[in-house]
Amino acid sequence: MRKHIISVLVENEFGVLSRIASLFSGRGFNIESLTVAETDDPTVSSMTIVTTGDDHIIEQITKQLNKLINVIKVVELTESTQMAREMVLIKFASGSGAKRLELLRLVEVYQGRVLELGPRSLVVELTGAREKIGTALKVLAPFGIREMARTGLVALGRDGAR
Amino acid sequence: MKKMLSGAQILLEVLEEQGVDVVFGYPGGAVINLYDCLPEYSCRHFLVRHEQAAVHAADGYARATGKTGVAIVTSGPGATNTVTGLATAYMDSIPLVVFSGQVPTPLIGNDAFQEADIVGITRPCTKHNYLVKKVEDLERIINEAFHIANSGRPGPVLIDLPKDVIGGKCAKKKPEKPVLKGYNPNYAGHPGQVQRAMQQLFKAKRPLFYVGGGVVLGDASAELTELARRLKIPVTTTLMGLGAFPEDDPLSLGMLGMHGTYRANMAVTKSDVMVAFGARFDDRVTGRIDQFAPGAKIIHVDIDPTSISKNVVVDIPIVGDVGDVLQKMLEVVRSSDQAAAECVAGHDEWLEKVAYWRELHKLEYVRDEEIIKPQFVVEKISQLTRDRNPIVSTEVGQNQMWAAQFFTFTKPRTWLTSGGLGTMGYGLPAAMGAQVAFPDRLVLDIAGDGSIQMNIQELATVVQYQLPVKVIILNNGYLGMVRQWQELFFDRHYSATTMDHAPDFVKLAEAYGALGLRAEKPAEVEETLLRAFAHPGPVIVDFKVAPEENVYPMVPAGEAISNMLLV
Repeated sequence: MRKHIISVLVENEFGVLSRIASLFSGRGFNIESLTVAETDDPTVSSMTIVTTGDDHIIEQITKQLNKLINVIKVVELTESTQMAREMVLIKFASGSGAKRLELLRLVEVYQGRVLELGPRSLVVELTGAREKIGTALKVLAPFGIREMARTGLVALGRDGAR
Repeated sequence: MKKMLSGAQILLEVLEEQGVDVVFGYPGGAVINLYDCLPEYSCRHFLVRHEQAAVHAADGYARATGKTGVAIVTSGPGATNTVTGLATAYMDSIPLVVFSGQVPTPLIGNDAFQEADIVGITRPCTKHNYLVKKVEDLERIINEAFHIANSGRPGPVLIDLPKDVIGGKCAKKKPEKPVLKGYNPNYAGHPGQVQRAMQQLFKAKRPLFYVGGGVVLGDASAELTELARRLKIPVTTTLMGLGAFPEDDPLSLGMLGMHGTYRANMAVTKSDVMVAFGARFDDRVTGRIDQFAPGAKIIHVDIDPTSISKNVVVDIPIVGDVGDVLQKMLEVVRSSDQAAAECVAGHDEWLEKVAYWRELHKLEYVRDEEIIKPQFVVEKISQLTRDRNPIVSTEVGQNQMWAAQFFTFTKPRTWLTSGGLGTMGYGLPAAMGAQVAFPDRLVLDIAGDGSIQMNIQELATVVQYQLPVKVIILNNGYLGMVRQWQELFFDRHYSATTMDHAPDFVKLAEAYGALGLRAEKPAEVEETLLRAFAHPGPVIVDFKVAPEENVYPMVPAGEAISNMLLV
């Protein structure tokens, strides 16, 4: 079961998110992550859905999405045709001394940024491909993650991709 | 300055523009303003006795006419009572527009009196639905709803109308064609795919047409019949496809699937090229999926891309309107006389085989002199009404299957049954809707003693409007289909299927003001039916039938359709 990224343009209308969510739950499809935001055209929103399934299921998902009246366009982004990024905010105990320096050094390795350093906590922002975020989280876990918020993937087709 | 109209007036004017002359409904607080204006407009309102029946009646009206059926209900319980009707229509792709009342917009979300989130509730059982938030949007939304309901693959659309939208005022615009960015159904079948399909079909030695409700909905029976006859290809129909191809034609195999004919199920199993027209490979049709048409190249014509390769992977898909595709196929046949002639000549052996199956196991039942067999009643109805072009609705269960098997359907839009959802209680209100559309035709509801009680209150409606619907109850004292399964697969453990407290249906008919008749012996069947048909008003006929009669053939659930239990 491969992961698939589906990019969906929808009419920015009340209830659209619920239509998409209920399509997935009603037909037993998985949603691994879903992001939604307005596009440059305020009447249109863009969704990026990460899902899993064999080719048959993915074909049904794209067809069923297309069937919804409020859905304008559905594009399945394959690994070679997409650029996908995810952002995560992580809060650590601010710590001190060598341990803190080590944490800051690692954040730099992952091209992260420190958003806040207070007496009790330190908040870091990381952006990147899903795999990179996953690895970074493993490496950073020993420093004691207090809280975390992940956005889920957003994705676009590459130059020249259909 | 433009004249200002209320939401109610706009709604009723748009209904007139859409050519709606009949609505089925039930009033209530949230729609009282709408009902206040209703008598001033041309469209006739039929007051049902339960909102579910309003939707089924609109559905029966739509199936019989091809037009969009319309129902109006109030908020809260009025709206929630429509859910089964909407789900029924959604599963069978029936065009409906249902208007539900809603509490005033400022109260939405406050748990107001008779408030229900009907847009949320009906999202998965409508083709689309709307909550109208301001009266200025109302006209556009109604026009969009009619467009969506009766284009592409048809289906029900619900419009939720807050009371302040119905009462609000704005100017009426000129009718305009709806523009929907995300909705543009594809009608034209791809010519290249049609060519590929025809090349495959011309090469076939054992071809078969598998025809579903899409051919009825797409009004393509004439084209289908012409193509089948020209190429001498046998035709089997699904439950929903009955009437799409004349069953008195020698090429007709009758229905396929769980209770299909022996010849139809064998033909599917042995065919080498199968063309599915407007059918969706439902589990009741396919049985065990890897044994369904195992040796066939499958060509699938459907207007809905999601139907294609959903249950069965097909070799040549053609997305488009079935009538358009059939016309293109006929053009190919006309322009390739030689290939068509060779194709026909190559089928001889296959047609002989099909004829052999037909004789080997006919649709049969064990006749009886003493006790009425339900199949006998349906056969009699079919014989006695042959020249009257009747419309037949059913409830769900054994009554439905016997009607499907033993009534000879020759014309589309004469058969109203809940195929996909299997809704008991559908038949009487659906018959009512069809009778409203065709007051002079004979309209019958073939029912069971269980399912007729699910919407029995509509007897009051048919009597009030003198709709001469004939309800034929095949009364076996059981919930027969479940009892049959219990007999065959649960050691005759008849748990909760004995209906031993049914009303006296003759007295019940009389209590409502209809004619009630009863027959208990086979010799009385014909005379009783003729009396019912001759009566100018609504009739209930209570036929006491063999209590433990079963529907055969039967394919046990999950088995290959060639594994049939026979009489």
